[in-house]
Amino acid sequence: MILFLEQLLNGLQYGVMLFLLAAGLTLIFGIMGVINLAHGSLYMVGAFAGTWVATQADSFWPGIPAALLIAGLVGLVVEATVIRKLYARDHLDQVLATFALILIFNQLIVLIFGRQPIFTPLPEVFYGSIEIIPGLFYPPYRLMIISVGLLVAVGLYFLINRTRIGMLVRAGSTHREMVRALGVDVRLLYTVVFGLGALLAGLAGYMTGPILAVQVGMGEEILLATFVVVVIGGVGSIKGAFVAGIGLGVVDTMLRAFLPTILRGFMAPSDADALGSSISSMGIFLLMAIVLLIRPKGLFAAGG
Amino acid sequence: MRKLILAVVLLAIFALMPLAADLLGQNALQTLSARILIYAMAAASLNLILGYGGMVSFGHAAYFGVGAYVVGILYSHWMSEVPIFGLFPGSNQLLITLPAAMLLSGFAALVIGALSLRTGGIQFIMITLAFAQMIFFLFVSLTAYGGEDGIIIRRSNEVPGLNMRDKTTVYYVILVVAVLYFAWMWRVVNSSFGQVLKGIRQNERRMEAMGIATFRYKLYAFVLAGMGAGLAGALMANFLRFTSPDMMHWTKSGELIIMVILGGLGTFFGPILGAAAFLILEFYLADWTEHWQLGLGIILLFVVLFTKGGILGMIDRLRGGRQ
Repeated sequence: MILFLEQLLNGLQYGVMLFLLAAGLTLIFGIMGVINLAHGSLYMVGAFAGTWVATQADSFWPGIPAALLIAGLVGLVVEATVIRKLYARDHLDQVLATFALILIFNQLIVLIFGRQPIFTPLPEVFYGSIEIIPGLFYPPYRLMIISVGLLVAVGLYFLINRTRIGMLVRAGSTHREMVRALGVDVRLLYTVVFGLGALLAGLAGYMTGPILAVQVGMGEEILLATFVVVVIGGVGSIKGAFVAGIGLGVVDTMLRAFLPTILRGFMAPSDADALGSSISSMGIFLLMAIVLLIRPKGLFAAGG
Repeated sequence: MRKLILAVVLLAIFALMPLAADLLGQNALQTLSARILIYAMAAASLNLILGYGGMVSFGHAAYFGVGAYVVGILYSHWMSEVPIFGLFPGSNQLLITLPAAMLLSGFAALVIGALSLRTGGIQFIMITLAFAQMIFFLFVSLTAYGGEDGIIIRRSNEVPGLNMRDKTTVYYVILVVAVLYFAWMWRVVNSSFGQVLKGIRQNERRMEAMGIATFRYKLYAFVLAGMGAGLAGALMANFLRFTSPDMMHWTKSGELIIMVILGGLGTFFGPILGAAAFLILEFYLADWTEHWQLGLGIILLFVVLFTKGGILGMIDRLRGGRQ
């Protein structure tokens, strides 16, 4: 039971991470109609920039504004130089151009930081573990990630549902042409949305630093899972990204944690581990295939 | 007529390459040329659905990998003399392994296509990617067949009457298969089936209104494309004498799309030129710097943003022709 709760929290933590990435990606998809494979690169940029500053300053905290700032800036530059040219293109051109961006970003990072993974210093506040309920010890850093993720979710909810920008975003994701026709400065809206997505990706990247290694290729690993979240949740829907992100995070973590043990009941341990880990890797893709076959537009698809 | 000349020139280049490599004393050229032939076939099969049919499949490397694994698995069972599932004996005969590879990759494409083609747009891209990832992880988990490390094939498959230990013989076998494949592809794209496929890309609703069962046509094309990629993968396994899950990593699917786009989407010679351009670029850039992907990325970005119609389109425009 304790183990189960612990894995549930791990799943929640992975889920909010996926949500941070998927929220930006789904907005970029839904509003601008752009498939952005380079979203994972912004996550990587945030992780490297934040970690570099944190290492220089020998403290975790200055890394956060640095990650946000650099990821946001890089996002704005990418939007202005590449993405802007892709709005009117078909999906194929978007996939290719942003695939090219992945190659470019990965090599630039290798040129600057090398291939060795670097590690983010963890502030002392987060050392050790705390007892949440009797018998359940959990690292406070992961709890912080969960709370930050939930805070962002609440913040986004208010931004989308209570502000003027949010109104435009909602309108843009369902009636793009109409928003344009009503004289809204769509270009500015696009830039803001892309910048927001980049900020969230950078934040997610930096916060993952102390848990996973910061290295080249970290963006692609999580990118595919993020796309699965976006597609399952329904393109353009923040609510969908939240539900699907948390759901997938939990399912993925649970499969990885418990499937090999269950399979050991039926077969040799080494086979069970191999099969278990590969089925759990397949799990999210299988889930996506099933959801799409039942609801081809995803769970919470925005209209249109 | 012009196309015929281009075909003859290409064939002459590929046929004379081993001689040229010998004369120049650069054996690497023959290897490069064989890789170009194989990837050209895989890219051409993708071009059938992507270029002619307008279906953006982001999981094409999966069928390539399945084809390669059929060769590897048949070979390992032939070596161990244990039948597969106790039913089928292994084989090291190319005339058996190639059809088997096409059959199985075609079957994979049939299942995946039948499910994926119900969706469209971005969902189609993602669901083909998802299925390809599932196949990738499936092979990673097959510890009996090497798992992540893959299978080493000690010797290329045999062909009666040929000495397949000779690298140049293998090269010419690949060339013959490639020529046959492209001749077949020429017939397909110029048949009524090919016309229907192009019609679907332009306006699916109109084709439906004309009484054509578009789903069935798209599925046929999807299966044919999967079989072509499987054939290419089987040749690759024979050429490298090695198969691994790496062959079906999703970035490989991306590379196949790049080749098609580089050459020119929906053109007959595009995939050949695209594969050649991509692999030659990789060959020389990688020789020059380990950061070759940076150069590749910049070139690719340039091609996508500023050219229309890839290499073939560029040639047309340089000659002053406007489309």
